[in-house]
Amino acid sequence: MNPAVPAPSRVVRRRQDTADTVTVELSGVDEPLPAFQPGQFAMLTAYGVGDVPISISGTEGAGPAHTIRAVGAVTQALCAAQPGDLVGVRGPFGIGWDLAAAAGHDVLVVAGGLGLAPLRPVVERLLADRSAYGEVTVLAGARQPAELLYRDDLVRWAAQAQVLTVVDRPDDTWTGPVGLVTTVIPAAAVDPAASVAYLCGPEVMMRFTARTLIARGVPAERVQVSLERSMRCGVGWCGHCQLGPLLICRDGPVVPYPVAEPLMSVREL
Amino acid sequence: MSAQPFLDGLNSRVLGDLIDCGVGVRYPGGYRIFAEGAPADRFWLVQEGTVALGVHVPERGDQVLETLGAGDVLGWSWLYPPYRWRFGATTRSPVIATEFDAAAVRRRCAADTDFGYAILQRFVPVIGDRLVTTRLRLLDLWSRS
Ligand SMILES: Cc1cc2nc3c(=O)[nH]c(=O)nc-3n(C[C@H](O)[C@H](O)[C@H](O)COP(=O)(O)OP(=O)(O)OC[C@H]3O[C@@H](n4cnc5c(N)ncnc54)[C@H](O)[C@@H]3O)c2cc1C
Ligand code: FES
Repeated sequence: MNPAVPAPSRVVRRRQDTADTVTVELSGVDEPLPAFQPGQFAMLTAYGVGDVPISISGTEGAGPAHTIRAVGAVTQALCAAQPGDLVGVRGPFGIGWDLAAAAGHDVLVVAGGLGLAPLRPVVERLLADRSAYGEVTVLAGARQPAELLYRDDLVRWAAQAQVLTVVDRPDDTWTGPVGLVTTVIPAAAVDPAASVAYLCGPEVMMRFTARTLIARGVPAERVQVSLERSMRCGVGWCGHCQLGPLLICRDGPVVPYPVAEPLMSVREL
Repeated sequence: MSAQPFLDGLNSRVLGDLIDCGVGVRYPGGYRIFAEGAPADRFWLVQEGTVALGVHVPERGDQVLETLGAGDVLGWSWLYPPYRWRFGATTRSPVIATEFDAAAVRRRCAADTDFGYAILQRFVPVIGDRLVTTRLRLLDLWSRS
């Protein structure tokens, strides 16, 4: 597959997750879309509108699935795509989560909002080989209950892992904890010193979550975060996604927290 | 009770003096422990269950700001005048806690500076954490997530 040329692909399934978020499953028209590693992303083209980086959020059937929130022109067009419609796919690109680091350890998966999308394949992999890991805890935060993603998955995962959900703005139906995802960290059943943590969400959330985890004894180098920068080429050619010494499309999006930390606090480079 | 992380590292004399000011309590779920503006005359170490800290917003009802659970300290408004609760607290599930008499703790703080300093050292991070949480929430973190 030529990384500069989008492979024509069809939407084979579409699920409306929340009011503005949709999961689509894609299938290559000419050849199957390549396999991916959890945490990698693809450049998805809405023909005639543009292309944007979108994480791979799982395999719902044959091809990769993507969970997309409509925020602007391209993502709105992708979210509007119906089964049978054509979209372009380049990728998968980037370095995903280092799952080997988790073998034999307790695992914390901490997601804020849409950050659960690139972490979903992580949880699926961990649970598929459950005995290779110690305690597994998934902490998922959302602004409000209606914005919690993958509710069926959360229930299914809870049979094999500790799953804690927290919302910032409860409604009348919500009986769980309220606050930011950092507030449920103390309830995680893991041994911090023996844990590996995978974090994805807004950058401030990751910063504070990482600091909280490290203060609790999780070794900094075992905390991994996924960074977002606007992208064009996706393969390290254009420099669009540069963050300090890193090209996020090529050297990320997942990086160890000690690498990300000084860059995340920099306002502009 | 000394297994509570909040009490970690307190020397046995301070711990003993503090325990003297506390009694075990149980509250049912949905119980209003204190209301915003009421005198802040107690604080709690939660052992089991969850408590919602909230504020009443006219026309929007009670808004939950944060939930506290096992190992958390509930209440610090008693530390400083005017000793009035800044938020309200309601149990979300049955709660088991140790309740401390704030006036008694304040008296000991005044009489014994080692005790007072140890208590303050325990409460300042609690206040700091609540402040950080509140500020982060005010950012409306998720709007661009
Ligand atoms: C590695 C990587 C993985 C990503 N994974 C996903 C994913 O799984 N699902 C998903 O929905 N999005 C994901 N994104 C974000 C997605 O790429 C952007 O939302 C998209 O580029 C916006 O394009 P647009 O043309 O629709 O909006 P634009 O017209 O470019 O922007 C519209 C509005 O959205 C804001 N916006 C732009 N980019 C972002 C952003 N990255 N985050 C939040 N707001 C933004 C703009 O400031 C503007 O207000 C990912 C980004 C990266 C870099
Ligand atoms: S998007 Fe072009 S270098 Fe990263």
